[in-house]
Amino acid sequence: MAYQFNGTSIEHDEEGFLEDIGQWSEDLANHIAQTEDLTMTPEHWEVVNFLREYYQEFQIAPAIRVLTKAMGKRLGAEKGNNKYLYELFPYGPAKQACKIAGLPKPTGCV
Amino acid sequence: MTAYAVPTLSPDLAADRPPRPVPGAMRDCRSHPAKPSHQEPLGFPGELVDGWQEVAVARLGELVARYQSLQVFLDICVKCGACHDKCHYFLGTADPYNMPVARQDLLRSVFRHHYTTAGKWLGNLAGARPLTEDVLDEWYNYFHQCSQCRRCSVFCPYGIDTAEISMAARDIMDVIGKGQKYTNEVITKVHDKGNNLGLSAAALRNTLEGLEEDVLEDTGVPVKFPLDVKGADVLLVTPSADFFAEPHVDGLIGYAKIFHQAGINWTISSHASEAANFALFIGSYDQMHKVASRIREAALDLGVKRLVFGECGHAWRVAYSFLNTFAGPWDFLDPRYPVPQHIIEVTHDLVSRGAVKLDRDANAGVVATMHDSCNVARAARLGDRPGGQFSLPRELLAACVPTFVEMHPSTVKDKTFCCGGGGGLLTDELMDLRIKGTKPRAEALRQVVEDDGVTHMVAMCAICKSQFTAVLPHYGFEMEMVVSLHQLIGKALRLGAGA
Repeated sequence: MAYQFNGTSIEHDEEGFLEDIGQWSEDLANHIAQTEDLTMTPEHWEVVNFLREYYQEFQIAPAIRVLTKAMGKRLGAEKGNNKYLYELFPYGPAKQACKIAGLPKPTGCV
Repeated sequence: MTAYAVPTLSPDLAADRPPRPVPGAMRDCRSHPAKPSHQEPLGFPGELVDGWQEVAVARLGELVARYQSLQVFLDICVKCGACHDKCHYFLGTADPYNMPVARQDLLRSVFRHHYTTAGKWLGNLAGARPLTEDVLDEWYNYFHQCSQCRRCSVFCPYGIDTAEISMAARDIMDVIGKGQKYTNEVITKVHDKGNNLGLSAAALRNTLEGLEEDVLEDTGVPVKFPLDVKGADVLLVTPSADFFAEPHVDGLIGYAKIFHQAGINWTISSHASEAANFALFIGSYDQMHKVASRIREAALDLGVKRLVFGECGHAWRVAYSFLNTFAGPWDFLDPRYPVPQHIIEVTHDLVSRGAVKLDRDANAGVVATMHDSCNVARAARLGDRPGGQFSLPRELLAACVPTFVEMHPSTVKDKTFCCGGGGGLLTDELMDLRIKGTKPRAEALRQVVEDDGVTHMVAMCAICKSQFTAVLPHYGFEMEMVVSLHQLIGKALRLGAGA
């Protein structure tokens, strides 16, 4: 299973999460978003960029609450909530946004 | 992305009839297979082994010889039919293999062929069949459509426990190299990082510090979320989902407020930052032992005196039933407290003694109902009275909301329906099954929403909370109506000096 993209083939797992997170690029993020029927807006990018920054520091995606708080600061208090994040990423800010950000899928009882 | 077929909810719960069976309805709903990287760290072969039939049959023989219960369950079924309409997955999917008796027969037929005289001589006539590739496919598919909730066993006149049969089948499949990705990946992560999520100590600390800020901002009270504090009295072992997302995290805030207000010196451990023990789902006592041992190591390392578990259904089953066997003896803990204790027991005791006070007005407007989590309801107890697993949470809930409403009696307490995501099925590729499996609970919930104006459904298990928030919106409910018990308690708690 692979994303066919810019003449290259980028491996992903059964659910579309990258096998090698080092292969991520902004163009690939746009491509993954398209396969999810999403168009990336500046707000989507704020989420994706924050996920990636947090991942670089902690090697894991942030807790949803950490994400909502950060988005409240970056996008305005009215957007710092779960509901807004679900509007951006209908299949869940954790799983769908992580997929687009090239991060591993959060596992466990979530 | 997939569009799911959502079952229509019956307009009248009392008149609802089981569906007409649709053979093969869920044949194509399959868990992703484990990769070698999920199998091998657990000591299982990475891929299907050569001669897997012989290995599987031999393993079945070993399990039957080791567990007399399994032998009885495979021998004793009289096909009375009492279980046929008791499984939420059958009620939601109509696939006849999701009738408990038919699910059991997937393993029973192979057992008969290889281990009974009648089966050897009469074959099909005695309900026996050899283990072929097709049979293995059916095992993989339908033993991963059982959430091991044990509702069927409540209605079986012989008490046959389909959960135990499904655990045995998954054990056999792991041993021949045909494991399930979701569960085995999670167990691998626990060995590596200490929790199902893969949360590092640094990320956990960052998350907990954020919660301290939030609660201070919200209440003005400096409630702490201590991590790895040596010499703390209580070690809290809670599902890592409590660190990750709503509504779980609101429950964690509730526990912290209770500890704060009661003056209990507590800590979380980054080494044992997980209450869940997914090894139960694959019937691996060896793996269950390894996962549980982390709790002992953390308790010894931190020098705590008490062990308290957060809201997690199967974790409580493992803790309540097996913790002493796996990780005991606990003679270094304070003997005045049960080992382990559940956070509901701790809070119930504090409220009963008047050591903390709850104020229903803080939850004004809330009309709450309670979803009993299967592993708490049918596989464990809370408190020291029979049925405490039902009465303790209800007494607490009734003390912290203005109105409590019970759902239909055929769907609560020991007859509770599984949320639809338990037993290692809380994975996205099974979403079709998960949505359909929630139908009976959604019907009972809709009834109390329409008749009694229920606004919130309380759960006390991380899987239930995640499953319901993901699935109930498909039935037209708001995900925010699913709440942790300790979320409502935390809100009702009179917090701070002079409370």
